[in-house]
Amino acid sequence: MEKKKSKLSILINGIIRENPVLVLVLGTCPTLAVTTSVTAAAGMGIAAMLVLICSNMAISALRKVIPDTVRIPCYIVLIAGFVTIVQLVMQAYVYDLYESLGVYLALIVVNCIILGRAEMFARENTVADSFFDGVGMGLGFTLALCAMATIREVFGSGTFCGMDIPFLKDHSISILTMAPGGFFVFGCLIALINKITKGKGVKRKDFSCDACPSAAFCKKRAFSTPDDACGVKDEKSSEN
Amino acid sequence: MLDVIIALLPVSVAAVIIFGMKSLALIATCVIASVLSEFIFNLACKKEQTISDLSAAVTGLILALNLPTTVELWQAAVGSVISIVVVKCLFGGIGKNFANPAMVGRIVLFLSFSAKVAGESNPVIKSIAGIDAVSGATPLAEGAETIPGTMQLLFGLHGGSIGETCAIALIIGGIYLLARRIITWHIPVAFIGTVMLCTLLAGEDPIMHALSGGLLIGAIFMATDYVTSPATPLGKIIFGIGCGLITALIRIFGSFPEGVSFAILLMNILSPYIEKWTVMRPLGTKKAKGGEAK
Repeated sequence: MEKKKSKLSILINGIIRENPVLVLVLGTCPTLAVTTSVTAAAGMGIAAMLVLICSNMAISALRKVIPDTVRIPCYIVLIAGFVTIVQLVMQAYVYDLYESLGVYLALIVVNCIILGRAEMFARENTVADSFFDGVGMGLGFTLALCAMATIREVFGSGTFCGMDIPFLKDHSISILTMAPGGFFVFGCLIALINKITKGKGVKRKDFSCDACPSAAFCKKRAFSTPDDACGVKDEKSSEN
Repeated sequence: MLDVIIALLPVSVAAVIIFGMKSLALIATCVIASVLSEFIFNLACKKEQTISDLSAAVTGLILALNLPTTVELWQAAVGSVISIVVVKCLFGGIGKNFANPAMVGRIVLFLSFSAKVAGESNPVIKSIAGIDAVSGATPLAEGAETIPGTMQLLFGLHGGSIGETCAIALIIGGIYLLARRIITWHIPVAFIGTVMLCTLLAGEDPIMHALSGGLLIGAIFMATDYVTSPATPLGKIIFGIGCGLITALIRIFGSFPEGVSFAILLMNILSPYIEKWTVMRPLGTKKAKGGEAK
């Protein structure tokens, strides 16, 4: 019973508390690039989720075999293999979506969410746990992308999944479909999630400077606090 | 801030005379929306009320003067809210904004509702003192049918944003600000001078370029904002030349007819660096090492 609960918590973890896009701020590039339409965002989210589940399980299964010193190249090879599979499948069955995602589909290989989960979770946990982590993180990524895409598509181009919305179609705020609008919506969603998870969100220490491999080098610099170095401020100072 | 409002009065009056009651409605909408959004933001964030310093009212007024009459009132209100909440309040309120709020508001509106903001905005009165008004989009637009003459440009009897056309009123406002020592001559002179020089070199009419578009209102009222421009005299001149260069480049080569707002925004972002390079050394001290001056 205890074991089962922890699996569920791993799954839910990725959706809000440790949402890869809005809390961990990983995978920002595809987030900004594909969220101008809901269909593309959902496709991207699902593709990344499939890759993430497969790579998490494979890396977790091979975690005792892969030598620590060359683990990143090994992970990349595994991830690239899965991305190629997903890419070929999409090319065969959903060609329109494949076209609209363009280069971003191939770029899932270097998506930091996937590598990040391999590094943060899969190499220390069992295959089953890694599977649930992959599902949770993938859902979190997909939901964040869809939320952003909904705002940007509805207000930016006055459509939803390609369907016209009567009033908004004529009064679209086209800056939302451009890069600045993307960053703006992104920032607003991060603020919203921060508000919701206040006190419950993942501790900053887990992914802020202290967890960074170059922390020791960074801290030598003349910053007043180590957290300033990477621009990650603790919650108190951002409130003021 | 009261001085800036006084300096903008002639422009506002000219706008209402030239473009009719719609411009009065635009000004009222922008000012009310700006002040209200600052009030509500401060209330919601439990911050000290800052609307009495009039800076929100000035932002709203400048934004309104930068819009043509084709803009709908709700769009103007959206622009004001973006100016105040996103550009000013989220960055910490007055004195902490990285760019001029009114100008970012205008750019956001321009990019969002391009057809309305760059649309044709014609003067409602047909002539003043024997000078006939010309209609059409801003004279800078490519293929503009009627190029207004110098007198029409001076009196503002041509299409464009409500506050940018009447050059005389803008210059009066600028002289008032100079006389009250609210602004110094460096930025406007460097800015307008550079644009005139560049357009002259490009073989276009420098007088027309100086008097049309948003150059005068931008150079006098927006580029001179203390918060977003360098404080040192040399820095101000560099800032003005930079603004002028970018404006001239966009006007001559760019796909947009007007580049004043983009030029000021880009130089706003650079102004902390310009200030760092041109910081004055107090007499008798050693030369500051790089990085110390911040």
